[in-house]
Amino acid sequence: MGLLDKEFSDGNIVVANVEDLLNWARLSSVWQLGFGLACCAIEMMATSASHYDFDRFGLIPRNTPRQADAIIISGTVTLKMAIRIKRLYEQIPDPKYIISMGSCANCGGPYWEHGYHVLKGVDRIIPVDVYVPGCPPRPEALLEGLLKLQEKIRNESLRKKS
Amino acid sequence: MKKAEEIFEILKNEFGDIILSFDKDTPTEPIISIEPLKIHIVSKFLRDNAELQFDSLMCLSGVDDANGKKVKDADGIDIIEGGTLSVYYHLYSTVLRHKITLKVSAPREDAKVESVENIWKCADWHEREAYDMLGIIFLNHPDLRRILMPYDWFEDSFPLRKDFKVPEFYQGMKIPY
Repeated sequence: MGLLDKEFSDGNIVVANVEDLLNWARLSSVWQLGFGLACCAIEMMATSASHYDFDRFGLIPRNTPRQADAIIISGTVTLKMAIRIKRLYEQIPDPKYIISMGSCANCGGPYWEHGYHVLKGVDRIIPVDVYVPGCPPRPEALLEGLLKLQEKIRNESLRKKS
Repeated sequence: MKKAEEIFEILKNEFGDIILSFDKDTPTEPIISIEPLKIHIVSKFLRDNAELQFDSLMCLSGVDDANGKKVKDADGIDIIEGGTLSVYYHLYSTVLRHKITLKVSAPREDAKVESVENIWKCADWHEREAYDMLGIIFLNHPDLRRILMPYDWFEDSFPLRKDFKVPEFYQGMKIPY
């Protein structure tokens, strides 16, 4: 249920409950950490460029984890990088969301068997909200992932942690 | 421009026994084998000699020849015993436009090769990579650390060795699928 289908009881007052308001505010301004890992990052950049325009969903890159709300894990997570990703994740203030983009971040991708240096899925170190399959996923797929994340945020509750 | 045979003759006359063999029947370039602990002397000659002028080290690669015996160790894990690890040097002269490939082979258990870092500067990171992936020790290298794997990666664990086994955990993260 959207915020603005609530009735307008007075000239410039909108009646809504706090939960809806908070969720609407959060899902409309998911600021992602400006952060890319491999070829998926190229697709992510294409998604944020003018042709697909991430910004119309309120998603803009932010250059410090302390002011970001989400990370898109866009690429192969090496063991070396995994330690850094964990630290970045811990520096993001709550509430924070993770989109795992592409086969490598989901489960290791083509490196699943012989990748001695690859973490087989970023969900081994941080909790993932949305998995976007593909190698790499097209911008449409990433947009779909973002819409799924927004749906998830819309149904969050203040009383219980999701 | 010199042919590989001529380059081999020049080296053989200059160094004698240090130059081990000449392999012409390779699908790629002819290969000259050299003593691992004398490669820096030969390299310096190759660079500075007026007839040769090999001013460019195009590539330096480590190779696990896996020509030892396959045995099981105390825990029943397959390992390779004996045999050699090799380093290949692909040289090019930008002045005289000729190429040659050098090869040194060191025993697997104690793979020590002289560094050519002070002859071709670009060998620095190449040698670090060969050390990182295969555990070949380059003597007199100024900064022989791991370059690709984390600095705190397991000692004596070299991923491109043919008997490499993936560790179960690294810093609490499970590595196998």
